Amino acid sequence: MFLRRTIAAGVIMALLIGAVLVKLVQLQIVRHDYYFDLSQGNRVRVEPVPPNRGLILDRNGVVLAENLPAYQLELTREQVPDIDATLQTLVSLKLVEADDVDRLKRLIRSRPLFEAVPIRLQLTDEEVARFAVRRFDIPGVDIRTRLTRHYPYGAIAVHALGYVSAISEQDLAHIDASQYAGTTLIGKVGVESSYEQELHGAPGFRQILVNAQGRPIPVDPSNPLQADLQTKTAVSGNDLILSIDLRAQRAAEEALAGRRGAVIAIDPSNGDVIAFASLPGFDPNAFARGLSRTDYAALETNIDRPLFNRVLRGAYPPGSTIKPVMALAGLDYDAIDPTQVRYCRGFFTLPGSSRRYRDWKPEGHGWVNMQEAVAQSCDTYFYAVAQTLGIDRLSAFLTKFGLGQRTGIDIDGEKPGLVPTREWKQKTFRDPERTWFPGDTVILGIGQGYMLATPLQLAHVASVIAAHGSTFQPRLVTAVRNAHTGEVRKLPTHASATVDADEPARWQRVVDAMVAVMSSAHGTARATAAGAAYQMAGKTGTAQVFSVGQNEKYNEKEVEERMRDHALFISFAPADAPRIAVAVLVENGGHGASVAAPVARKVMDAYLLPPETPKPDAPKPEAPKT
Amino acid sequence: MIYDDLQPSTARRTLTASARLLGKLRLDGPLLLAICATAVFGLVILYSASGENLALTRGQFLRMILGLIMLVLLAQASPKYLRMSAPWIYALGIVLLVIVAVIGDIGKGAQRWLDLGLLRFQPSEIMKLAVPMACAWFLHERPLPPDLKVVLVLGLLVLFPVGLIAEQPDLGTALLIAASGLLVVLLAGLRLRVIIGVLALLPALAWVGWGMLHDYQRKRVLTFLTPESDPLGAGYHIIQSQIALGSGGVFGKGWMNGSQAQLEFLPERSTDFIFAVAGEEFGLIGLMLLLGLYLFIIGRGMYLAMQCQDTFSRLVAGSISLTFFVYVIVNAGMVSGLLPVVGVPLPLVSYGGTSMVTLMAGFGILMSLHSHRKLVGS
Repeated sequence: MFLRRTIAAGVIMALLIGAVLVKLVQLQIVRHDYYFDLSQGNRVRVEPVPPNRGLILDRNGVVLAENLPAYQLELTREQVPDIDATLQTLVSLKLVEADDVDRLKRLIRSRPLFEAVPIRLQLTDEEVARFAVRRFDIPGVDIRTRLTRHYPYGAIAVHALGYVSAISEQDLAHIDASQYAGTTLIGKVGVESSYEQELHGAPGFRQILVNAQGRPIPVDPSNPLQADLQTKTAVSGNDLILSIDLRAQRAAEEALAGRRGAVIAIDPSNGDVIAFASLPGFDPNAFARGLSRTDYAALETNIDRPLFNRVLRGAYPPGSTIKPVMALAGLDYDAIDPTQVRYCRGFFTLPGSSRRYRDWKPEGHGWVNMQEAVAQSCDTYFYAVAQTLGIDRLSAFLTKFGLGQRTGIDIDGEKPGLVPTREWKQKTFRDPERTWFPGDTVILGIGQGYMLATPLQLAHVASVIAAHGSTFQPRLVTAVRNAHTGEVRKLPTHASATVDADEPARWQRVVDAMVAVMSSAHGTARATAAGAAYQMAGKTGTAQVFSVGQNEKYNEKEVEERMRDHALFISFAPADAPRIAVAVLVENGGHGASVAAPVARKVMDAYLLPPETPKPDAPKPEAPKT
Repeated sequence: MIYDDLQPSTARRTLTASARLLGKLRLDGPLLLAICATAVFGLVILYSASGENLALTRGQFLRMILGLIMLVLLAQASPKYLRMSAPWIYALGIVLLVIVAVIGDIGKGAQRWLDLGLLRFQPSEIMKLAVPMACAWFLHERPLPPDLKVVLVLGLLVLFPVGLIAEQPDLGTALLIAASGLLVVLLAGLRLRVIIGVLALLPALAWVGWGMLHDYQRKRVLTFLTPESDPLGAGYHIIQSQIALGSGGVFGKGWMNGSQAQLEFLPERSTDFIFAVAGEEFGLIGLMLLLGLYLFIIGRGMYLAMQCQDTFSRLVAGSISLTFFVYVIVNAGMVSGLLPVVGVPLPLVSYGGTSMVTLMAGFGILMSLHSHRKLVGS
């Protein structure tokens, strides 16, 4: 039996080896000349055809990111005899900066031999001319027309959109390189990065014949080598439709112009982000064009931190904007009788202590009920509320509102902020002496102390109050459109758990108090709502940048600009059927009422009122820089 | 006259002396010679394929020595001892594979290596020998040809580690191990009816499996089968290796003169695609020499296997020889474009230590099985 099997195995092996030999004879004898030619330089080069990146549109279909043709300089390693010398030549032609040579070398080495690696994006006409003169001295380097990313509105909404930039070695580590063959740019932050998969599409390829210098040979049907060249078309990426309203977005950025700060507007009924502004911004087109090291360093070290996404990552003490939440917490735990008045004498003391927790109004607010306390932003009232509730109940309630955790917005990089607890303090300070003090609770009542919130979280809070507890994850992208078929796929909204304060009437009390901020005789932001065609509800806030000693007074004018308080404002409108909730932060802006609130009003006007003049909305996009 | 007499006698004496030494060491002279010749030829090719990298070639040489030591050591082990330990080695291999799979799950990536501090190795290498040995152990002292129940047990014995290794994912090694187990079963004498039945079932199974795949998985399978549709990925390898082979012609471009290999057009030139380097630089003649050496090794291995007397020895020896053939044919087939690209190295030639040592260990076992047989009549 074994013998028979062995013989059978021998026969099968002979047949298989025979097949390999036949194939080898075919390759090495019959088609030897063909392959020899190929190896001698007349080679088929596989050229990837990159897909068109999806467009990004605002909610009304205005294009916020598109693709325009531009010239770029590409290097194909297998055709370059000496990479160092070639790069030096390009440096001497002023096409590449000397500082970038090392980075480029690493990048070139990280891509396959046969691939054209872009080393400069978006050349100017003059640079194209400079290269063209020396082109034949520089084998393996060529100029190609490629589609590149263009943002017609420049810096508008840049922190929401993000930007694209040259694929780096780090990017290569987590993408499928073959999907990016021929692609130059990849989303780095914001929507461009988080929706990279939707936007990118799938590449195609075509085979072309090149000569020994690697230059393509013109198509010639009589050339036998060109007979079986193949092609495959690329599949464009999907277009994204954002919830951003360009008009509200511009209103926000214009109102904040020249300052550092953040504006974020959310639709309380579904979490759609209407405006998302973090200022100062920067021009994303510069990134798509390719920033030199020095330009990037300038952006990075700028004292105003234009690259810093304040909406997502700026963590600030919420200040008095937290008071509506405190009021609701007091109602929810039955610690406040909303009709009962309390006396404010300008400061608050804990029982058995002489330390004074001062009100912003030194002479005090006198007798105030809950609504008046919110409307006038009485500090002592909320010191008392916080003290009554205690830190455990307070932090539990704030956490229910989504504070101290990420809101889950659909772009990356969000910071969770901080809701302090006893455990947190112990863990952070690791000092048995520094347990949670009653005083820590008191100042939490007016949003000071350890608590931190991002502007996005503040808008989220306003939106939850506006919707009487219904909570949605904020989102920027509402729908995805197939670039080939035009078919639109709506993305689902994500409702989180609803915040429930036992009786619906309690929500209404807090909303009424926020309306009083805007419209009552002593409301802190009454000036802002004057003449509005809709009813606003809001709350001002001021976040201390540095603390003032017990008996000092401080003079705002003497404090250096960057040490001034941050101005804050949260709001929504119309108060009875809210369509927009806005949070505004102005760094070192001083008072929330005078600086932050008017910004929110402008955003609401832009969103809620019809455009003043019925002229076409889209401005002429700036001419593409080639 | 004196000299004439002396000359052959010295030669003969040297020959008999070395034969005696080989016999004492329980080694098979012709097989050992062919293995060494192939490995040395491999070093010559590797030196060129690695771009004259002496350190790399020296490393491969040291592994070859390590492999030879393994070979000599294993040749001393008694077949009975090998047979008794087969299930334990198999169990150990399975445990290691599971550990690797668990670590891999935690690390969220392809995990093949087990790091034992000083020692880093792939448990799948153990399985290359453990699987055929375990199968042969199971068949030993069972009536041959095996009945269906036995075959099913063997199937599980083979498929469990193969599945684990394919998950890693290391398709090439999984394939080789599956082949080594299958070869044991075939050599044991599977009934022709069963073989034909399985062959007939294959298309049906493939059809059912195809229906269960997702679209993107189907696409992956199609790319796998027709690399020309993916010239940026797997297809690039094939295109470049065919150019290397074809341009080499009958006599080759000469050692260290292969432009495809030396200019780095050929990917993985010192590992999986080293066959193409040999073809480019030494031509069809060189490849025929290499294939001839391989065939001699396989033929000698089968000859030794046939002389073994018990089921275990014969099956293991046969499987080791035939698996070696599978290595050769899969690698040569993939490099020349007959088979899809699977990561299978060219045995004794491709750079990479573990495979060299495992192969040598296998031949050590083969020699032990042959040399320890009880000679009839003595």
